[in-house]
Amino acid sequence: MGRAPARNARKTVMTFEILLQTLASGVLIGLIYALVAIGLTMIFGVMDIVNFAHGEFLMLGMYASFWLFSLYALDPMFTLPLTVLMLFGVGVLIYKTVIRRIIDAPMLSQIFATFGLMFLLRGIAQFLWKPDFRSIENSIVNGGVNLLGIQLGLPQLVAGLGAVVVTGTIYWFLHRTKLGAALEATAADKEAARLMGIDSHKMFALAWGIGAACAGAAGALLSTFFPIFPEVGATFILIAFVVVNLGGFGSVAGAFIAGILIGVIEVMGGLLLGPQYKLAVVLVLFLAVLMFRPQGLMGKA
Amino acid sequence: MRTFPSLRRAAFGRVSPWLLAGIAAAAAVPVFVDSPAHLNFAILVLMAAQLGVAWNLLGGYAGQVSLGHAAFYGLGAYTSTMLLLNFGVNPWLGMVAGGLVAAVSSLAFGWSCFRLKGHYFAMATIAVAELVQILFTNWEFAGTAVGLYIPMSEQGWKFMVFSDKLPYYWLALGLLAATLGATWWIERSHVGYYLRAVKDEPDAARSIGINISRYKQIALSISAFFTAMGGSLYAQKELYIDPGSVLSTALSIKMALVSILGGVGTLFGPVVGSVILTLIEEFTRIFFGGTGRGTDTIIYAALIVAIAVFYPTGMVGWWRERVRRRGLPRGTSAGLKETDAKAMLPRSSSQGGAL
Repeated sequence: MGRAPARNARKTVMTFEILLQTLASGVLIGLIYALVAIGLTMIFGVMDIVNFAHGEFLMLGMYASFWLFSLYALDPMFTLPLTVLMLFGVGVLIYKTVIRRIIDAPMLSQIFATFGLMFLLRGIAQFLWKPDFRSIENSIVNGGVNLLGIQLGLPQLVAGLGAVVVTGTIYWFLHRTKLGAALEATAADKEAARLMGIDSHKMFALAWGIGAACAGAAGALLSTFFPIFPEVGATFILIAFVVVNLGGFGSVAGAFIAGILIGVIEVMGGLLLGPQYKLAVVLVLFLAVLMFRPQGLMGKA
Repeated sequence: MRTFPSLRRAAFGRVSPWLLAGIAAAAAVPVFVDSPAHLNFAILVLMAAQLGVAWNLLGGYAGQVSLGHAAFYGLGAYTSTMLLLNFGVNPWLGMVAGGLVAAVSSLAFGWSCFRLKGHYFAMATIAVAELVQILFTNWEFAGTAVGLYIPMSEQGWKFMVFSDKLPYYWLALGLLAATLGATWWIERSHVGYYLRAVKDEPDAARSIGINISRYKQIALSISAFFTAMGGSLYAQKELYIDPGSVLSTALSIKMALVSILGGVGTLFGPVVGSVILTLIEEFTRIFFGGTGRGTDTIIYAALIVAIAVFYPTGMVGWWRERVRRRGLPRGTSAGLKETDAKAMLPRSSSQGGAL
């Protein structure tokens, strides 16, 4: 009888450690979700189009890192700026070739144009790089670190920090530069911005470029510890929708906070209900938010 | 509200040559088609058309773009199959039971999603369907991800299991006819008028006392019922179901795509769309599918994008536009409506949100 409390105490300590560990990994993956969602929310905020192909930008970012690593032995962390630039180009190109033509189209056409793009980019990836799972071994970010008793993977930690840096840059761009202000003005009121001499087509292209670049950056950061395959975007797009909704459509700061929140909720849900219900927990939350607070936690009514 | 008999006759009179030709063609297919592969193609067309017609009730007539209809399809397939395997319930009954289960489930679906509009509604329906898929993938009783097999031991019309393709052709044709009939009836009943009002002028509809949610729900329930029956038929035809084949988001998209390709909110649009889409699918699969490198996906996807960009009103809308431009009398099924082709589609709001 006397030993029971001691055993209980040890069990509690264990659970507490597991809890902390889980929380930390939830925050880290949440930062990546935030980065993906920021790109999505930006495109939606500026031109009111939901980009179903957003996960595929992330996939392209992962493959860019993978090929630069395996062909030229350049580490994903160093090629990050290059990946971001490439994806910016892809985003602008997609805007100019497809999205530009459907700005005033019925919502159904908009949904199906980006849905089609999603399948198209997946198909192209499968054609060029085969459906195999690939991974980057021996990146410079490797192994684990022990932070205050919590064991964390270095790749995850670096990815989380990288996501914070990129998000910070976007925030700075939107709030401290003239171009960012023009983008925000277009998001707030297209017509008024046009009257002030802001070319809305340029702003739309910019939003698609930055949106794709954010997803590309997330892909590059993920590439050191996540399997790379043509359909990898599917995992992230649903979660990105949830994050964008929770944060309020069009809100960068909202998406950042919501991303971390969703990361933690997902990981905790997995811990409590089993990993197969991770996504289910997030989706239930998503529906609840849609129903009771469609403007999101931080969005305006 | 009742339509005038003369008006009804006029509408029917205009349809009849096309309708008769369609019926004749459908009846002639088994006479001229010998090869099981070609008959199978015809069955695929009919089954996809039936799903498109069912989707169109909600997506086209009521203007609610659902991307989660696979949930109902899967419910139908699983209900009839699980009833058969566990309780020996006859598939004919199981099919109706599946339809009813889906129609009842659609109350929850509608309750949770109908207060949302446009993009939000579409995304919520994706989430609901994903949830259903996760549940079935992890549900022991439903065979988890492994799926369920229907035994071939008992065959014939009574058990809705055949080693031959032809009976499935008639079954698919019959189900399509029933779904078309239900849509045709709704289109001409007061529900159809209310649905059009709900879609085009929701505020005006509300102001004259139409209970918008109720009519959306009616459209959804009927749509879910027929979608689920399509799912049961699929299970009986393939004799195997798993979450990936009857609950996937790709399936929801296909149902919507068939309608969009043909023309949303038109009676026969989804049938036209199904013929085109199934042709594209099968040809790309035959010519490029063997490479295993996704060439068929690329062509399929490129066509989706092209259609979304260049033919936003679908083939029926495109055809009407062409006929109108030539100044010829219009002779398509819904000749009574003077709808601008673009107004048939729910429009996106053009307001930007705050960044």
